[in-house]
Amino acid sequence: MRSRGLLLPFGLWLVIFILIPLGLVVYYGVTVEAPVPYTQIELADGTVAYQLEDGTVSQWPPHQTQASFSLDNFRRLADEMYLRLLWRSLYIAFVTTVICLLLGYPISMILTSKGFKHRNLLLMLIILPMWMNFLLRTYAWMSLLEKTGLINQLLMALGRERPIIFLGEGAVILGMVYNFLPFMVLPLYSVMEKIDHSQLDAAADLGANPRKAFWRITLPFSLPGVLEGITMVFVPSVTAFVISQLLGSGKVPLVGDIIHQQFTRANDWHFGAAMSLLVMVIVLAFMYAINRADPEEKGQKEVRIW
Amino acid sequence: MMRLLKRSYMSLIMLFLYAPIVLLIVFSFNAGRSRGLWGGFSLHWYAELLRDQQILTALRNTLVIGLSAAAISTVIGGLGAIGLYQLRRKGLRQAMLSLANLPMLNSEIVTGVSLLMLYAAMRMELGFVTLLLSHVAFCIPYVVLSVLPKLRQLDPHLAEAAQDLGATPFKAFCRVILPDIMPGVFSGFLLAFTLSIDDFVISLFTTGPGVTNLSITIFSMARRGISPKLNALSAVIFVVVLTLLIIINLPNFKQQNKKTRKEIPI
Repeated sequence: MRSRGLLLPFGLWLVIFILIPLGLVVYYGVTVEAPVPYTQIELADGTVAYQLEDGTVSQWPPHQTQASFSLDNFRRLADEMYLRLLWRSLYIAFVTTVICLLLGYPISMILTSKGFKHRNLLLMLIILPMWMNFLLRTYAWMSLLEKTGLINQLLMALGRERPIIFLGEGAVILGMVYNFLPFMVLPLYSVMEKIDHSQLDAAADLGANPRKAFWRITLPFSLPGVLEGITMVFVPSVTAFVISQLLGSGKVPLVGDIIHQQFTRANDWHFGAAMSLLVMVIVLAFMYAINRADPEEKGQKEVRIW
Repeated sequence: MMRLLKRSYMSLIMLFLYAPIVLLIVFSFNAGRSRGLWGGFSLHWYAELLRDQQILTALRNTLVIGLSAAAISTVIGGLGAIGLYQLRRKGLRQAMLSLANLPMLNSEIVTGVSLLMLYAAMRMELGFVTLLLSHVAFCIPYVVLSVLPKLRQLDPHLAEAAQDLGATPFKAFCRVILPDIMPGVFSGFLLAFTLSIDDFVISLFTTGPGVTNLSITIFSMARRGISPKLNALSAVIFVVVLTLLIIINLPNFKQQNKKTRKEIPI
């Protein structure tokens, strides 16, 4: 069979770069580093020595460690500090998603409204920042909001004595909205674009006021786009970790920051893996729930409008 | 009234999106450092940028890795897509596809962590090679995703017809299948390239000391605070991206003017 040869590199990639790494994360998550087991023995001359399980005897307690199965990492996650951290990450992601939806929905409605000029140009302008490295986009806000940033310098030049501290939770949310807004607009735009304007005209002819037409036609039709937009903003927001470092000035660590820390400063891969697993479960569960809520995914091809 | 409302709302959004970028670019021409608001026009920071070996090396790494990762992942992903398409067992195909899509669904940080663990388990030294491997790895599903729809549009009898008329399977592939799926392969390559040059999170986890790409360099510079050199770098990147997008979208706009074609520009 020819397909087997073609699939070989692809299959190898699946195993080596997806299956095995995933297995490793699980493995690290459910193990901890512990000193190798040993027993204290008394030698013939009366001195104390330490014997490992393989029979080697040494004068000092062994310093090697070995990974052993344990759920300690997950128990540690249940600590109040980490729960609060998780809560804050979810909260910030939630607020970001809501703001993006509130800002993005009118944008898409205006872009797809009848007779709106420059639609393509404006759409391109909304997408354009997405093509710029997100670190630079975040840096742009940082250079405005920092203690020595542009806004503060302007205020000081106007006579303010002490700089305003902008960086913090609000700035982190602002940075996320700025970075992820296009992810909300795009799916909304692509569903609203397909709405047949003659239906809206018909609704108006039959006596529906614009508000009613919105609730009965535009909103139900755009629902799949709303759900996709929510996913595309919420998921990266939950795990974002650099925005909080640059715009939170270290005061608003999120789950992503703490995971990153486990692989750098804290050097506790096992705990980092457990946290990654938790994030993965949250993200996948969220996407599953959104998928279930999407009427199109359930095989109902047409959105019911009445 | 309604029109005015729409216009002012869109203007506010544009202001929100572009004010930080415009200010960033304006202040890249500032002669003074950050002290004092405006110290006069100067190209000083652009000259500094060109002298900065770290940034130049990072730029080279980014481009080399972007092109190689895009090329390798296009070959593996493209062949994989064809293999998947020809696969008779539907269940196996579905399973492989879902597994392949996992890195796209999963958050980047988890992918980065898992790849780091893979290299540690294989006792590989972190650096250029691991960085390249990781980029190839996360680009492959996107290539598969852009090639598969093109394959589904193919007439399955074409390749058979070619073989009936005496073409070897390889020749049939090159002459019949490949030209038809080429747009998908090409967009897969472009997508892989842009994802690679833009990546930060996975790179941060899988690179070693001394090897950085542009994103990591920007991060370490930004962490140290505001630097006009970074403004200059942003300005350069912004202009390059803008030019490329205009070139790509130009044919779209021209057609738009003739007939209202409804297509989302990228």
